[in-house]
Amino acid sequence: MPQPLLIADGLVTGYAKPVIGPLSFAIQPGEVVGLWGANGCGKSTLLRAIANKARIFTGSLKQRPGLSLAWQMQQPVRLDEMPFNGHDYLRYAQANRSTPPNRMALWLDQRIDTLSGGQFQLLAVWAMLGRQADLILLDEPTNNLDPEGQQILAEILKAVQGVSAVLLVSHEYRFLEHACHRVINIAKSSPPN
Amino acid sequence: MIWDTLFIMPFLSGFLVAAVLSVFGVLLRLRDEWLAALGFAHLAGASALIGMAVHIPAVFSATFGAVIGAIIKTISHFRGGTVYALMILAGWSITLLVAANTRLGGSLGHAMVEGQLYFLGFSHLMAATMLVIVMAVGLYWLMPIVIRHRLFPGQDAANQRPTWRWRLAFDLITGLSMAIATATVGLMAAFALAFIPPWIAFRTAKNWRQTLIISFCFGMVGYIASFVLALWLDQPFGPVLVALLLIAAIILHVVDRRHCVIERPLKVGRSKDRWKVEK
Repeated sequence: MPQPLLIADGLVTGYAKPVIGPLSFAIQPGEVVGLWGANGCGKSTLLRAIANKARIFTGSLKQRPGLSLAWQMQQPVRLDEMPFNGHDYLRYAQANRSTPPNRMALWLDQRIDTLSGGQFQLLAVWAMLGRQADLILLDEPTNNLDPEGQQILAEILKAVQGVSAVLLVSHEYRFLEHACHRVINIAKSSPPN
Repeated sequence: MIWDTLFIMPFLSGFLVAAVLSVFGVLLRLRDEWLAALGFAHLAGASALIGMAVHIPAVFSATFGAVIGAIIKTISHFRGGTVYALMILAGWSITLLVAANTRLGGSLGHAMVEGQLYFLGFSHLMAATMLVIVMAVGLYWLMPIVIRHRLFPGQDAANQRPTWRWRLAFDLITGLSMAIATATVGLMAAFALAFIPPWIAFRTAKNWRQTLIISFCFGMVGYIASFVLALWLDQPFGPVLVALLLIAAIILHVVDRRHCVIERPLKVGRSKDRWKVEK
């Protein structure tokens, strides 16, 4: 069995105070893992801890030596003025992308500040998944997406399976079940039926 | 008259500075640090004046002051535009105090604010040439990093890559360019060249490459027109440049707004609403 990319063991993390934990899990290379929990339970904090942006109180978070990370924040940066088109955006994301999904191909020549919220979200996730990092962290990638957008997202997630590992945070349990190899439940309450 | 050998050196010095600022200003705007240009210009103006009071060439003393400002900005932890406001206030206060307490201080102060383009010498041309070289190398290295960090923050922290090197380099280049520009075309003209062409380019360009080209062309046309006009009308160069850039920017802004009302889609919403016409 290959060495895990990431091992959390009794991890308690937060900022001034602990927000979430204790948690124990491991991420294997190439697998897509969903992280489910109700709003405010600390899902984003867990991703921030992996991205060295939150404090670890107790437990441990071990990364495989030389692990490369890509991190899509909950709100991808969207400036008031962004004189970049989709091609620029992909280039500066260092995304190795050539053939976009059909629906997305039409947007790449547009300035990204003229895209709708859902269009921009899909572009941002597609760019991040194209970085070919060992582990890609996606924070609420279904934000602003309509059902068709969620379907495209599930397809592009399938395309990276086996190439990069993805840790995907969402409060939409059904989407996670559909798009991920497995789902880690970090909520105190049970997932919806 | 412009081809008079007396004006060739000032023209070339200002030309190089205008080229640098109109391109570098695009990165300042992208980082939301355009106010830094004004802060560094004030610091550079003040230190240039101190230098001239003790017979050090303005271009060297201005650079020294701006570099000190760049280092302070990098290591300080002020939030938002606080550090730029402090630079502006400190620069303004020092400039006026030095001007009030030295012989010829008043006229030197005016020269710094209005620009002393027509009295530039070989040292200014050399400094401007050096700035172009530093900027060409610096931008080749820095531009992708600055853009990546602006659009995709957090990647460096996630991969435990330090950011202080490129941040310091960016601040030093900002300080250096504003110092040489302030000593060359004057304080407000330097700020206008770093602010107005990028502002117009950000509104009108369709992609990043076009942003750089529009800003560069706008800055160069503005500079050449101002140089000729100021000579022809016997006016101070700095205010003429600022006035011309402002007039052109306002006209383009109005035209662009009318264009936006018709064609620019709504920013947020479902795709079927995107081409709704705003009223």
